[in-house]
Amino acid sequence: MLELKDISYYPEGEKNAEAILKEINLVLENNRFYVITGPNGGGKSSLAKIIMGIYRPSSGKIFLNGKEITDLSITERARLGIGYAFQQPPRFKGITVEKLLSLSCGCSTGSECLGAGCHYLYDVGLCPKDYEKREVNASLSGGELKRIEIATLLSREDLRIAVFDEPEAGIDLWSFNRLTEIFERIKQKKNLTTVVISHQERVLRLADEIILVANGRIQENEAQAAFLENIIDTCSCRKECQERV
Amino acid sequence: MDKLDREMLIKIADLHETPQGAYNIRKNGQGVERRSTANIEIRTKEDKPGIDIIVKPGTKGESVHIPVLITAEGLDDLVYNTFYIGEDADVLIVAGCGIHNPGQKKAQHNGVHTFYVGKRARLRYVEKHYGEGEGTGERILNPQTFLELEEGASAELEMVQIRGVDSTKRETKARLGKEAHILITEKVLTHGRQTAESEMEIELRGEAAVAQIISRSVVQEQSRQVFYPRMSGYCRCRGHVQCDAIIMDQATVRAIPEITAYHADAQLIHEAAIGRIAGEQLIKLMTLGLSEKEAEETILEGFLR
Repeated sequence: MLELKDISYYPEGEKNAEAILKEINLVLENNRFYVITGPNGGGKSSLAKIIMGIYRPSSGKIFLNGKEITDLSITERARLGIGYAFQQPPRFKGITVEKLLSLSCGCSTGSECLGAGCHYLYDVGLCPKDYEKREVNASLSGGELKRIEIATLLSREDLRIAVFDEPEAGIDLWSFNRLTEIFERIKQKKNLTTVVISHQERVLRLADEIILVANGRIQENEAQAAFLENIIDTCSCRKECQERV
Repeated sequence: MDKLDREMLIKIADLHETPQGAYNIRKNGQGVERRSTANIEIRTKEDKPGIDIIVKPGTKGESVHIPVLITAEGLDDLVYNTFYIGEDADVLIVAGCGIHNPGQKKAQHNGVHTFYVGKRARLRYVEKHYGEGEGTGERILNPQTFLELEEGASAELEMVQIRGVDSTKRETKARLGKEAHILITEKVLTHGRQTAESEMEIELRGEAAVAQIISRSVVQEQSRQVFYPRMSGYCRCRGHVQCDAIIMDQATVRAIPEITAYHADAQLIHEAAIGRIAGEQLIKLMTLGLSEKEAEETILEGFLR
């Protein structure tokens, strides 16, 4: 279980700036599928980065299975099984897809890794043979990069909490269909808590619980219902989504 | 050869045993082992130190290893190696120099390599430089590489300075004939107070000649690097110069690409970028469980791969 207690976050070095996150209290139970949604600039990505340790909270505490991890580094949190897929993944000159997957899997060689990580490339719509030797550099399109990012996170054997920051952004419709299939499979996985930041109705529909973040706060039920009614007004699954709130 | 020699041969030429094909191993200014083959002849020069390597026309899939080892202090080694690659040949040449300086005096190797690449021949050339040693004496490597590519010839050069070289002045010149093609990849790591200067001059003289230069530099601690690639197009041709440098600590790096067109159909491009390792790259690898140091090493290893 991941618990955030009274988390506030102000941008570093910006005195008198308004808080990006304000006294967030959140409990993420093990083996559940959460979708965080809300308007742009509301604090969703900052919240995800706080979980991964990329941002340090200005106040408040974070607990993983009862142990405080507030001061743990990104590396230490990763080694505890927390993973994060970037909204805009970085590019690397000279590092191949195979190498990135091997780092993620913890395999010592690329070929060993491809045995394990290979199907994740398939799952995100990439042919391993075409991509394993390619560098994760500017030769890849934004969509390809995004798919590799998702495959990299999924290939982690030790993953216990997976945080996806807008995984659908930059992905074409066909790949998005695959992506939702992947999330459906993830839901069946044991020992994995999933947190997806998304605005997509088909992702919202997968949620065990939807968390609405707006103006730096988690919105309570009434506000959530009104917001979701607004964003999924034409959505066929509107009723189901509302029931999850 | 002793254990130290064998370890350096692995570093500079990936040689774990006696190489297949032709080879010439030079140590402390003397040739120590050599083998010619039916298609590749290695001869000692008569007028100056060095060797001639003659690859017969049509030779395919053969290799030549010509590593140089220096394990003594106070040595100033100068060698002239000339390669004649026959028409339609396809050959791999693995050079490289390792210096283990055990003393206080400098140890230096100046290798002057000249290539004549015949019509439609293909040359792949790999050169690695490495320095080590418990002594405080400088380790200096100054390679000069000159190439003449005839019609339809192609050359791929991969020149790498791994680490441990206190000072290097590198000079690479190439002249390309009609439909000739050259790809030069140079990767240089400097650290401590090391200095590296690299000059390149590529002349695209023949119609439809193509040249590409890729430079990757990692400049650490108080080291300094200067990279000065020049490319000139004299006819319808294409050329691309790409310089990327990662700067760290208190290092200094200059990249000064220069392109000159003497013909309206010469298409020449240069790009140059210098910057520190991007924070988001480090963060990405740390989210996979790597420490910051491991992430940095992984990024640098990839960059210089």
